[in-house]
Amino acid sequence: MSVLALVGVSHHRTPIELRERVALDLEACRALAQRLGGAVVLSTCNRTELYLEREENAEDEAVAAITELAGDRSQDLAAALYRLRDDGAALHLFRVAAGLDSLVPGEGEILGQVRSAFEAGEPGPLLDRLFRQALHTGRRVRIETAIGESPASVPSAAAALAQQVFGELNGRRVLLLGAGKISEATARNLVSRGAEIAVVANRTIAHGEDLARKLDARALALDAVAAELEHVDVVVSATSAAGVVVSRATVAHALRVRKGRPLLLVDLAVPRDLDPAINGLEGCFLYDVDDLRAVVEETLSGRRSEAARAERLVTDEAERFREWHAALDIVPTIASLRALAEEIRDSELARAGGRLSETERRHVESVTSQILAKLLHLPTIRMKEAAAAADGVVYADVVRHLFGLGEEERRR
Amino acid sequence: MSELLVVPALLAYGEAAFAYVGELRGPGLAGRLATWGVRLGWLAQTALLVGQAASAEGFPWGTWAGSLNLFVWLVVGAYLIWGCTPRYRLLGLTVMPVAAALLALAWAGGGTAVEDGARSGAVLAVHVALMLAGFAGLTLAAAMAALYLWQERRLKRHERGVLRVRVPPLDALDRLAARTVLGSLALLTLGIGVGAARFHRGDFDVAMAVTLGVWATYASLLVLRHEGWRGRRAALLNLAGFMLVAIVLPLTHFAS
Repeated sequence: MSVLALVGVSHHRTPIELRERVALDLEACRALAQRLGGAVVLSTCNRTELYLEREENAEDEAVAAITELAGDRSQDLAAALYRLRDDGAALHLFRVAAGLDSLVPGEGEILGQVRSAFEAGEPGPLLDRLFRQALHTGRRVRIETAIGESPASVPSAAAALAQQVFGELNGRRVLLLGAGKISEATARNLVSRGAEIAVVANRTIAHGEDLARKLDARALALDAVAAELEHVDVVVSATSAAGVVVSRATVAHALRVRKGRPLLLVDLAVPRDLDPAINGLEGCFLYDVDDLRAVVEETLSGRRSEAARAERLVTDEAERFREWHAALDIVPTIASLRALAEEIRDSELARAGGRLSETERRHVESVTSQILAKLLHLPTIRMKEAAAAADGVVYADVVRHLFGLGEEERRR
Repeated sequence: MSELLVVPALLAYGEAAFAYVGELRGPGLAGRLATWGVRLGWLAQTALLVGQAASAEGFPWGTWAGSLNLFVWLVVGAYLIWGCTPRYRLLGLTVMPVAAALLALAWAGGGTAVEDGARSGAVLAVHVALMLAGFAGLTLAAAMAALYLWQERRLKRHERGVLRVRVPPLDALDRLAARTVLGSLALLTLGIGVGAARFHRGDFDVAMAVTLGVWATYASLLVLRHEGWRGRRAALLNLAGFMLVAIVLPLTHFAS
C-alpha cells in the first residue's frame, strides 16, 4: 500500500530568509510535482510543503527534493523541516486548508492556494483523495463556523462594515479622500468585494491622479468633494490634513439630496478628517480608526474561540480519512474473496448448466447470487471495521490463509 | 386525533426559538436546528389545519383562537420564504418566539380543536383569509423593522461585536421590509374589497376603523419612502403600523 509523506517549512519555526529560498510560484510547483510524480507542492508566503505518495522511501525522497531547492542553505533547511506521515500528514493538511495553521487563524486565502496547488500537482489516488477531502474540510469549516467571517485588519473591517450596511457591494460607489497607502489598501479591500472606486480626492491632485488611474477612478481636488457626497455610498478618508476635511453641515446638506440612502464614512486619519458629529446624523455611520481597531480585536478573539470548533471538525475529517486509508489494506483481500466465491459459483453453474432449462438456470443464478451476497456481507463489513481499528492486516492474513487466497497465483 | 399535531408544532417552534438564541453566538448547528424546527413545526401545523378544514363544514377558524392559529401559520409560512437562507436566519429571533407564544395561546383558547366550524359563506372565508394573510405579512415586516433598529443602534454605537453576529445587512432589511409591506398591503386591499361587498350601512365599527387606520399607515409608509423616509424612520413607522395590527386582531373578535 502507498504511504504518504509530507515535508515542509512554515512560518511557525522557519525565518523568512530561509522560507524565501524554497518559495515557489505556481508554475515552479507544477514543474516540481511533474518531475517527481505522485506529488503536490504547496507554496505560499507562509509555507512550502511537499506531499508525496510512494510505495516506499517517500519521506527520504521528499526531503531530498525540498532541500535541493535551498541550495547552499540546504543544511539549515534540513534542520527546520517538519516531516509527517500518513494520518499526521492528513491532519496537518486539513488544518492548513481550514486556515488553522495560518498566521491569522481562519484567513480565507489559503483554501484557494490549496486548490491551486492540487490542480497544479500530479497526485496519485491517495493524494487525490487527501486533497479533495482537505478542500471539503476547508469549505466545511468556513460554512459551519464563523472563523473566516470576521475581518482581521482595519481595511478589511472597513469593508466588512460596508457589507453590514449595504449587503452586496456590487455597484456601490466609494469616495477616497487621500491617496496614501492606507487609502489604497482599504480601496483594494472594497474593490475585492465588488465596490467601485468612483473618485479619489487628494490635496496634491497629481498623487490623486496616480491612484485614480490604478483604481479606474476619477481624480478630484480635496475641496471639491461636497457634491460627490450626494452620489457615493462609502467615504474612506485618510489624508494628512491637520483639521477637519468634511464637516457635519456638508454631510447634512448631502443627506437632504440622498433621500434617505445610507452613507458609511470611514475615517482612518489621525488627526481625524471627518467631523465626529456626523455620526449623529440619521442614515450616517461614521467609524474612526479606534472604532475599527476595537472591532478587529473583538473579531480576532471571536476567531480564536471559533478555532476550537473548527479543530473538532478537522479532527473528524482526519478520522474519516484515516478509516478510508486503513480500509485500503483490506480491499485487495475482500476483492479476492469475492472473486473466489464468484469463480466457484460460476464453475458449479457451468457443471449443472446442461441439466437445467433456461428458466431454471436463471432462477438458480439469481438464488446463488443472493446467497453469496448475504454470506459475504457480514465478513466484508467486519473486515472494514477491523481495518479502521488497525487490525486490518491481521484479519486480511487470516482470511487469505483460511480461504487460500493468492495460493493459486503463488503456485503459478 | 389530528388536533394533537399542535403539540409537535408547538415543540418545534419552541425549539426553533431557543436555537435562534444559540445562533447569536455564531453560525453553525444551532442555526440549522432552528431552521429544521421551523420547517417541521410548520408542516405539523399545516397538517393540523388540513385536519381542521377536512372535519369542518364551514370556515373552521372563525373564533379568535382559530384565527390566531391560522395567523401563526401564515406568519411562519411567510418567514419560511426568507428565513431558511443563512443571510436572513436571524430574523427568526424576532419571529419564532412570538409565533410559539401565539400558537400556545391559540391552543389554550381552543383554536386548534378539530370540530364542526360555524357555517359561513365563501365570501366571508375569503375575506378573513386575505385579511389574515395581509396582517401576517405586516407582522413579518415589523420583525424586520425591529431587527433593523437593533442593528442600526449597534452600528451607531460602534459596538465592538457588531460584526460577530450575522445580522442581515441594513439596506437589505429596509428594502425587504418595504417589499413585504407592499405585498401585504395588496392582500389587505383585496380583503377589504371583498369585505366591502358584504358591507351594510350601520355595520361600521371600531375594528373596521382601526383596519382602515392600518391600511392608511402602511400606504403612507410606501408613499413617504419616495420622499426619503427610509431606514430608521421607515422602521419606526412600520412598528407604529404594527401596533395597530396588534390592536385590530383582538378587536375583530371582542369588540365587534
